[in-house]
Amino acid sequence: MILVIAEQRNDKLNRASWEAVVAAQQLAGEGIPVKVAVLGQGVSTAASELAQAEVAEVITVEHEALASYTSDAFVQAAAGLVTATAPAHVVFAHTYQTRDFAPALAARLDRALVTDVIGLKVAEGRPLFARPMFQGKLLADVALGGPAPHLVTVQIGAFRADTVQKGPAPAPVTSATATIDPGTVRQTPEAPFQEAKQAVDLSQAERIVAVGRGIKTQENIAVAQQLADAFGAELAASRPICDNGWLPMERQIGSSGQTVAPKLYVAVGISGAIQHLVGMKGSRTIVAINKDADAPIFEVADYGIAGDLFDVAPALIAELKK
Amino acid sequence: MKIAVCIKQVPTREWQPRLNDQKTWVREQDASYEMNEPDAYALEESLRLREQHGGEVVVCSAGPARVQQVIREALARGADRALHVEDDALGAADAFTAAAALEPAMREEQFDLILTGLQSDDQGHAQFGPVLAEKLGVPHSTIIMEVQIDEAAGSLKVKRELEGGWFQYVTMPSPALLTIQSGINQLRYATLKGIMAAKKKEIRKVAPPAGLASRLTVTALYVPQKAKQTVMIGGSPAEAAAELVRRLREEARVL
Ligand SMILES: Cc1cc2nc3c(=O)[nH]c(=O)nc-3n(C[C@H](O)[C@H](O)[C@H](O)COP(=O)(O)OP(=O)(O)OC[C@H]3O[C@@H](n4cnc5c(N)ncnc54)[C@H](O)[C@@H]3O)c2cc1C
Ligand SMILES: Nc1ncnc2c1ncn2[C@@H]1O[C@H](COP(=O)(O)O)[C@@H](O)[C@H]1O
Repeated sequence: MILVIAEQRNDKLNRASWEAVVAAQQLAGEGIPVKVAVLGQGVSTAASELAQAEVAEVITVEHEALASYTSDAFVQAAAGLVTATAPAHVVFAHTYQTRDFAPALAARLDRALVTDVIGLKVAEGRPLFARPMFQGKLLADVALGGPAPHLVTVQIGAFRADTVQKGPAPAPVTSATATIDPGTVRQTPEAPFQEAKQAVDLSQAERIVAVGRGIKTQENIAVAQQLADAFGAELAASRPICDNGWLPMERQIGSSGQTVAPKLYVAVGISGAIQHLVGMKGSRTIVAINKDADAPIFEVADYGIAGDLFDVAPALIAELKK
Repeated sequence: MKIAVCIKQVPTREWQPRLNDQKTWVREQDASYEMNEPDAYALEESLRLREQHGGEVVVCSAGPARVQQVIREALARGADRALHVEDDALGAADAFTAAAALEPAMREEQFDLILTGLQSDDQGHAQFGPVLAEKLGVPHSTIIMEVQIDEAAGSLKVKRELEGGWFQYVTMPSPALLTIQSGINQLRYATLKGIMAAKKKEIRKVAPPAGLASRLTVTALYVPQKAKQTVMIGGSPAEAAAELVRRLREEARVL
């Protein structure tokens, strides 16, 4: 059996959970059942939504200590469930929540965990998990050793939610009791919040020029600004530019910044890390300018110029002014 | 406050990895190395916390002799001393193995606070911190953008980054482990004085515990296939610019 641990907040399913179900269905192949567990307090809507999938069972694990997420409570509940159900694999979406508790769960169970998986294949009867290494410049096929279950987290967007196999009838929803000693939950969380309302809403921009660490210095940001002006575009950035304080955080694109889908996205000196790509790969036309012809950004680009941005940007500005 | 900061030495971002003959790992001998980026922010945070609360900052790293480069750099930036779990076999260690290698020596030290980076730039497991916390039996929280310490209460309050611009405060008792996100602070660099002072600082070398074995085996390493058919535009900068603008106007119709 393969167990998926889905994610919800306020009984609203995190869409990435479907991607974990897809990965589990692929991993299971024919004949091996997939079950999905939802942890929380009051998760019936999320559970009945998940029951649409072609799975053997949806298991709700409810407890007041799971009402708001803490690593300690989730590790205890998940460890209990995994021990009771004895799956061969446990599959999660690689969300921030999973990052917070899945490694601790693996350590508690003393089982192997492979993170950020983007593909599956079978070789000599055992599954191999493809995951990026070296900033996405390479992919590694990883085999897992030691006793089952093996834990697997899948990269957001790598498995397509719309390819999930739906069942002919809803799967049965059962409930499992969580054994959590609230006295052992050490983290006390407060309600999530957003920083002060963002002054720039890049999601409305028709064109965006985004600048990355290839720009080298704060002074050079002016070059990117001129390019943006020439395109009639908003200026945005990868995370390191905002971390350095060269541009305000509200101009950051990616998993911890804004998600945008403009008509035109020009990535300048950006390598194309997955956390950046998730924020912009829905753009209609993507242009990448990078001096490294093998940079991962070219994997999602429609048009690419492999060259030095300090040569290409001025040439583009001149051309656009013609 | 006795603060540990876990630092990994990783190949520089500029490095173009080349594969070994078996195509199962990179040619490590070709790489040049640097401090893992989030770890630099974790180090800076530990120095700031020491400035506020006193105590010491101990750099902890697992790896072959070459990792002394980043240990020295951390000492030059202001850390007080270092713990180096040294073994050639740790060069390509995954996060679980590295945590297991450091755990016994770090347990002995009884740190009040342990900071790590949230993810390594080379292997990127995003596992080491929570695994080490679990092994040490201390609470943890990940992707941290702010640390407040209440020494009287023996607790800390941290700001976790969530997806899409959301945050959350979490309180927990110390000792605890936090994984630090890049951008939590502004980095400062080593001064000449710091570099000189670092030469006299202690680096304690420890052998890893016996019986370390990785459960992750890389069977093949390769360059990813392109998902999209990218039109690569060549020529001089002026020619490339003209061709790109023409295509954006006529083909993509986005200008
Ligand atoms: C939990 C988490 C959340 C994250 N959230 C985000 C996020 O929201 N947004 C985000 O962007 N990142 C995010 N990151 C960071 C992300 O993983 C990458 O580190 C980051 O996107 C890299 O930024 P970059 O491409 O600008 O820099 P680098 O990866 O350093 O790339 C610089 C690029 O510039 C090129 N270059 C250098 N010089 C030149 C030149 N002269 N001309 C042309 N090209 C040149 C290089 O070839 C290289 O490809 C997150 C990471 C984590 C772990
Ligand atoms: N060999 C190591 N020595 C010291 N710290 C490490 C080592 N490997 C990982 N870490 C720490 O764990 C963090 C996350 O690494 P990883 O789990 O590999 O993504 C890094 O940012 C480091 O702080």
